[in-house]
Formats: sequence, C-alpha cells, structure tokens
Amino acid sequence: MTPALELTDLRKSFGPAKIIQGVDLSVGKGERHAIIGPNGAGKSTLFNLISGRFMPSSGEVRLGGELISGKKPYQINRMGLSRSFQVSNIFTNMTVRENVRCGVLYSMGYGYSFWRNIGNLKEVSEKTAHILDEVGLLEKANLPAALLPYADQRTLEIAITIAGGADVILLDEPTAGMSHSETDRAVALIEKASKGKTLLIVEHDMGVVFNLADRISVLVYGEIIATGTPEEIRGDAKVREAYLGEEAEDAA
Amino acid sequence: MTDMTATYAALEPSRAEKFRQRTVPLIAFAVLLLVIPLFNPSRSMVTLLNHMGITIVFALSYNMLLGRAGLLSFGHAVYMGLGGYFAVHVMNWVADGSGFWGAVPVFTMPAFGFGAGALAGAVIGWPSCRRAGTPFAMISLGVAELVAAAGFMFDSLFGGEMGISGDRMSGPEFLGLSLGPVDEVYWFIAFWTFIGVLGTYAFTRTPLGKLSEATRDNPERVEFVGYSPQRVRYLVFIFAGAFAGMAGGMSAVQDEIFTPENLSLIPSGAILIATYVGGIRYFTGPIMGAIIMTYMGSNLSDYTAGWLLYLGLMFVGVVMFLPNGIAGIVYGTTDTIRAGRLGEVWQSWLIRLAGLVLIATSVITIVEVAFRWSEGYGEVFEPFGLHLDTTNLLTWVLGVVPLVLGVLLVLKSAKGESK
Repeated sequence: MTPALELTDLRKSFGPAKIIQGVDLSVGKGERHAIIGPNGAGKSTLFNLISGRFMPSSGEVRLGGELISGKKPYQINRMGLSRSFQVSNIFTNMTVRENVRCGVLYSMGYGYSFWRNIGNLKEVSEKTAHILDEVGLLEKANLPAALLPYADQRTLEIAITIAGGADVILLDEPTAGMSHSETDRAVALIEKASKGKTLLIVEHDMGVVFNLADRISVLVYGEIIATGTPEEIRGDAKVREAYLGEEAEDAA
Repeated sequence: MTDMTATYAALEPSRAEKFRQRTVPLIAFAVLLLVIPLFNPSRSMVTLLNHMGITIVFALSYNMLLGRAGLLSFGHAVYMGLGGYFAVHVMNWVADGSGFWGAVPVFTMPAFGFGAGALAGAVIGWPSCRRAGTPFAMISLGVAELVAAAGFMFDSLFGGEMGISGDRMSGPEFLGLSLGPVDEVYWFIAFWTFIGVLGTYAFTRTPLGKLSEATRDNPERVEFVGYSPQRVRYLVFIFAGAFAGMAGGMSAVQDEIFTPENLSLIPSGAILIATYVGGIRYFTGPIMGAIIMTYMGSNLSDYTAGWLLYLGLMFVGVVMFLPNGIAGIVYGTTDTIRAGRLGEVWQSWLIRLAGLVLIATSVITIVEVAFRWSEGYGEVFEPFGLHLDTTNLLTWVLGVVPLVLGVLLVLKSAKGESK
C-alpha cells in the first residue's frame, strides 16, 4: 500500500547551515505519527518542507504517492494536506465562524467565486457549523478571533486546519502553552478530529506524544535517529541518551 | 438533530436581521436619491451632488483595495482616468453615429468605463499584485507616474494638456433622458451611483470578497487553506479597477472632458484621503468621506485660500487619532446611545468637543493671519469684526491660549474615558 506521506532523503540548508540532513520517513494511511526531538532539531523546518512553505534543497516529499515537493502551499493543500502552526496563525479581524469558513470554502468547490452570495451557500454554512461544534467553539462563533483566549485560539487554529477535510493533517505543537486541563481537551479533540485520517504531529509534551501516537520518530540535528512504537522508543538506548533522559522515565 | 440544526441556524443572522441590516439601508439610499430632486436644488447644487455620486463610487472602489484587501495604492486614479478616457472616446464614436456606435446611448458610458477599468486593472495588476505591502505601494506609485506621463505624450489618445472632450447629448436617448441639463444628468448619476454602491457591497458578500479580507489579515494562512494570495489580490485589483473605471464613465458624462491631470497623483492622493477620512473599516466609510471631501473641495475654497491646508490637517488628525475615520465616530456614537451609555459619557464628550473647538479657533487664527501676511497685500483677517493683524496682541493670544486650553481639555476627556 502506498504510504500517505513519504519523505525520501530530504535535505534543507540555509546557506552553510544544514538544518535537515537526509530524512527518510514513511507514514502509513490512518497512522498517528509523532515527531519529537530537542529544540533546534529541525522539527518545524521539516513541517515547512512538507507543507510547501520552504523548498527542499534536495530530496522528495510524496503525498499518497504523488510528488509534492516543489509545489506551492495552496497546491499541496488542495491535494489533501493541511497544517497548523506553532504560533497561532488565524484571521484576527474576522469572526471565529468566518475563520473556519475560510478553511471550508475551497473544499466545497467555491474557488475564487465572485458571483455567489457567501451567506446563501448552505452546505458551507452547515459544514462550518459542524466543525465549530466538533471543536467546541459554537458558542463563540460570532466573536472576533482576536478576542479569543489563548487556548481557544489554539483550538481555532486546529479547526481551520481540519476544516477543509484534508486526509493528511500536520499539527505543529498544538498544545504549546496550554494548562493541563486545556491540554487534555486538546488531545481529546485531536483524537476525534484525526479519526480515519493520517496525522503527523510535532509535540514537546511527552504525555501527549505517548498517549496519542501509533509511532514516534526522533529527530536530532536534522536526522531521524529512531522510529518505532512508543514502547520501542522508550526502550531505545540511543534515544534515551540523545534526548529523553529523565522525561521518558517520568512518562513511563 | 433538530436541536442541532436550530443552534446552527442561530449562528447566521436571521432573515429579519439581514433585511434590517442590509436591505433597508439600500432601500433608504435609493429613496434618498429619488427624493433629492423634489427639493428643487439649484444647478450648482445638482452639479455638486453629481460629483459626490462619482466620488462615492470611486472611493468605494478604492476601499476594495485599501480597507478590504489591505493594499495601499497611490495610483488608483489611473483606472478611473483610463475608464473615463475610454468613455469619452466612445461618446465621440457615438457622436459620429456610424454603425454599431450610433445605437449606443450615452447613458451606458459607465458600463464601458467599467470594462476599460477592468482591462487596465488586469494588465497593470498582473505584475503589481505579486507582492503586497510596501512593494505594492511603490509599484502603484510608479505606474501612476508612468501612465500620467504617457497621457501627456500620446496626444491622439489623451489629447495632450487640453485633454479630450465629448458631447453627452449625442446618440439615442435612453429612458427619455437627453442628458442635456444637469438635472437630467442627475438621474443618470443617481442610477449609476446606486449600481456602484450595490455592486461594491455585493462584492463584500462573495467568497472572493471574504477571501480578500482573509488575505489582508494573514496572507500566509490563506495559502494553507488552498488559496493563492497573489490570485486573490489580482482578482480584487481587477474589480477595484473596474468600479473606478465606472466612476470614470460617470465623470465623462457629467463633465464631458478628461485630461491627463485625471490620471495623475493628485486625484489618486485625493481619493486616498477621502476614503481614509471616511473610515476604511466600514463599508459606508468611503461614502461619508466622498460626500464630505467633495463638499469641502467645492465650498471651502470659497471661504479661504488655505482650504487645502485644512484638508491636510484634518487628514493628519484622522490618521493619528481616529483610525476608524468619520464612520468610526458615527457608529461609535450610535452604539453608545443605543447601549444607553450616553448618561455616562456625555460630560466627557462635551469636554472633548469644547477642546476641539478651542484648538480649531487657534489653528484657524494662525493659518488665516499667516496666509494674509505672506501674501503681502496688507489684507487683514477680520472675523466677527475683530481686526487681527500680526501686530495685534489679541492675534497672538487667540493663536496660543485656546490651543493650550483645548489640548488640556482633550487630554482630560481622554483620561476620563480610559477610566
């Protein structure tokens, strides 16, 4: 079976700095895959390469077997890959509902249309409301996004990401800066939203990672030093040495 | 499930709300346009109203860029100018009366302007919409200079300094309007102003209109929900050019002449000021700005030689202290009154108003005295029978004391409000 997402010898340098140094990774359909690693390991850069924000220096990214490296972010998004951002990246002057609606529009086939009244697009309104309901922002639908509390902005970030119904979802530290209870809610949401989909997630919170992921890859200095199930990663001596240390014992 | 659909439905404004917020203002506007002639306005008043209508459409088209898409253009008059020039040429073809053109009523000129403006937007927008922000603004400035210079160079197209004139009475009549007298032109302008308002408003309600707002807020994120921000900007730019061209077609019929001046930075700057002063965050802001600026432009010059200076001061004042413009004041005030908070704030408002009046007293005194002094004809500023020349102590008292007091009062009211 073709993997949902496949990276082959992916490399990226900024001038002399080699940030990603030959990453091979294969994520199967329906798999929840987490990428962990110390700060500066290149996790966010890896996401930017996959989602088209950066051009790889060399190597390939394939989505469902099709080559996507070198394509523009909007083209990649249309092919069924959607991502969230580490820092909330929302439409601050629009309402929560309008934010989600922007995420829904393209997938409903409304391109750049200027001959339709957006208020009359029933399926768009329903899908938007359904997403808002799913993430629990229905009550705040008509608030300006800028006025949402931080945790809700993070939730909105996820809502926009899943709104287009992409099959492959990339989440960049979705629980960063959240309290324990907020994190628990976010994890429940991610579990629900990624059902039947392929999920690639960068996360610092080891509790979240070991709870959520089917498989884990450890990225250190732009290279993946280990990939495996949570148990395998926990037991891997190299990983312990390079990265996990005490944290792994706590999580176990 | 029925509950769920009910909650979902509550998200959207109800039918009654939509009617009240969207349809009623449009009907009111149409009624206003219909009722104005009943008051028998003078010929000069009608001409002023006609110019207001043209500026309203022009300002609304400009706000498609500035307010909605976040694109600062220094050359929007190019599109109105090219649309208007094309309309004047068409009027001349109509006057020749041969073949197809002989059957075209002059009433339809704004439609031709619309097409020409869209075409100009499509050609010029292609390179200039690749980037937003400063590069876009710089390119728009360069294009404006370029087109205005071309206007003076290509005489057969633009008529040199004299421009090109047309005759609005030529061609077949439409709806029984000969378009000769200005009050007949009024109906023409009223019709197209309404179309312009309706069209630009409808645009804000389309997926593309919403995407342009999203692109203004966060172009990067737009790219990750499946849209190319460049494409969004480009399409919006074409529409903005089209509606500007429509205003040009209206102007071609009203004034029957276009000169290369119409393409220059001066009208481009004027529409920027009118739109911003009106308030770019509100759909109705540019309408208010267009009305006020057209009025000031035509009437203030009768009272004072320094009217451009006052205009400039007002613009600077709005940019610094009223980022939401006149519409911001209007809506802010009505919201406060509707929320029943007038009782809490009226004192602070009165203090601020008094402060502003005092500041204006000083500014006007200084400006008017300075103007007369610099002209050197010995003319003296004599408001309310006062003889204010540079040697009169009262002049200096009026120039300084109210200013200081006014600033203090405004600061006091601002402090009171923040509490």
